[in-house]
Amino acid sequence: MPSADRLAKLFLIPLGAFVLAFFLLPMVRLVAVAGSGPNGLAEYLVLITNPRHFGTLIATLLLSATATLATLAIGVVVALFLGRNRFPGQKALIAMLTLPLAFPGVVVGFMIILLAGRQGLIGSISQSLGMGRMVFAYSMAGLFAGYVYFSLPRVMVTLLAAVEKLDPSLEEAARSLGASRAQVLRDVILPGIGPSLMASGAIAFATAMGAFGTAFTLATRIDVLAMTIYTEFTLSANFASAAALSIALGLITWGVLALTRNFAGDRVAAAG
Amino acid sequence: MTDTPAPTGAAITLSGCGKTFPDGTCALEPLDLQITPGETIVLLGPSGCGKTTTLRIIAGLESPDAGGKVLFDGQDVTQLPIEKRNVGMVFQSYALFPNMSVIENVAYGLRVRGVAKKERLARAAEVLEMMRIDQLAERRIDQLSGGQRQRVALARALAVRPRVILLDEPLTALDAALRDHLRAEIDGLLRRLAITAIYVTHDQAEALALGDRIVVMRHGAIAQIGSPRDIYFRPADDFVASFVGVTNRLEGAVRGGRFETAAGSIAVAGPDRATASLAFRPETAVLCGAGDSGLRFRVEQVHFQGARQRVQLGAADGGRLVVEAAADAVLVVGDDVGLVLDPARFVLV
Repeated sequence: MPSADRLAKLFLIPLGAFVLAFFLLPMVRLVAVAGSGPNGLAEYLVLITNPRHFGTLIATLLLSATATLATLAIGVVVALFLGRNRFPGQKALIAMLTLPLAFPGVVVGFMIILLAGRQGLIGSISQSLGMGRMVFAYSMAGLFAGYVYFSLPRVMVTLLAAVEKLDPSLEEAARSLGASRAQVLRDVILPGIGPSLMASGAIAFATAMGAFGTAFTLATRIDVLAMTIYTEFTLSANFASAAALSIALGLITWGVLALTRNFAGDRVAAAG
Repeated sequence: MTDTPAPTGAAITLSGCGKTFPDGTCALEPLDLQITPGETIVLLGPSGCGKTTTLRIIAGLESPDAGGKVLFDGQDVTQLPIEKRNVGMVFQSYALFPNMSVIENVAYGLRVRGVAKKERLARAAEVLEMMRIDQLAERRIDQLSGGQRQRVALARALAVRPRVILLDEPLTALDAALRDHLRAEIDGLLRRLAITAIYVTHDQAEALALGDRIVVMRHGAIAQIGSPRDIYFRPADDFVASFVGVTNRLEGAVRGGRFETAAGSIAVAGPDRATASLAFRPETAVLCGAGDSGLRFRVEQVHFQGARQRVQLGAADGGRLVVEAAADAVLVVGDDVGLVLDPARFVLV
């Protein structure tokens, strides 16, 4: 065993170098840059002290949260339908539904423009119905649609797996005791897929918080954190602010992920 | 019979209930079945015989093919979904809600019926006490053993005071010793409550011990309905005979009032027949000395089982029998023995 131990220690060296080069150094650098601006250490709190940035943070959080909730709601419905029913072409349909996973944010943004932009399909339809030209691609609504579209496949696949693992006799037992469909959903299905709901929701939220390509494609005037960071360091060359905002964005997203992981972990144990 | 309470369960009638699944497989041929209030009826058969489908039709989890009818106390419930039928159901996997404690599980049926929290917890506690698991009330489901889960599942089904309780292989997931113990407990409980119970199993010992009547099923049809004694001693056909208990079979012919087979001959009643077979249960035959009976076999295997010995015998034509012998009988593999059969306890077919 000693030789194996020594070998294991030897492998620690490249691992350490890797961590140092790609993880610690950039982080340290980011923190250092954020504190080296004209405002000194106060820059770290720019997200809260600068009202414009604070507004952007709230908008980003709201957008990410609503997009996540909408994605989960749609995901649950789709997963329940696909998990409970068998029909020809089902496998092909599921494969097709996961296609958006392959697209970068730019393409998702482009598709939203094709759908809801000035020349978009929704606009044409609403106009021909006499309701005026509906255009929402270049706003928060467009971004919302883009995030839902982008996160839905991952959420759906995760939830589908959870639904299929759910013991069907649990639902039958609840119904035998007199539970209505809504009560079964509330008391059996949602708690049963709770851990997957948490986990996939956290990923969808984190994705929405950090997504840049979609926002950049749709409009440069949209106030979301990723866009603000971009404009701060490209247009304004305000490296300290950009770094501080990056740290804040990172910490918030990481915090949400860690929190749900803890919570979901407990739920997984309880469901054991 | 003095302390038997009046039956509280429903009378159930199935008429013409068949089931064909969308892919065309026929799970159940149209069948008729009458279940009297308070009766415990066991649906027995191998897997795929339609017993679970029958149970699910009674429960309301499956609907019968067109023309089939399910009646509870004469009232047509065919179109009612399970949540409106007021049935209690116990599943093989127990299907306890993992996100609720034991008492919340048991109170769940009352909760969805809108019973106030205080009352439903009191009633659930009562049922737990009746099942002698009141000390488990606050436990989480993953902290329970298999036998405890089974009791909780039964308590949950009974808490809503159902008209009928449906049990789908409730003991299959338990080990043998616990199974015997719980079987006796369930039997006592069903009798005390005098509730109509339908019990699905593939285990003939469970069926014989629990059922007022047994419905033996095969290939989606009823093979025989009868009391455990009927089923065991007067099986309707080969399938029932071989599925319920061990059946020995001697092949031969009847000539001049004697059944003749490779191992010898014995006196039987009935006309001559060119081919006949004689069937009997292991415990109805008695071993004797090789020359003391008309039938002669060779001892092939002896299994000591404590109270009894199980003996495998071979006939000259290669036929095999299993019989029982007293624990202290001296049997040597390779020796010849005779066999005495009680004419009242074998069947000539």
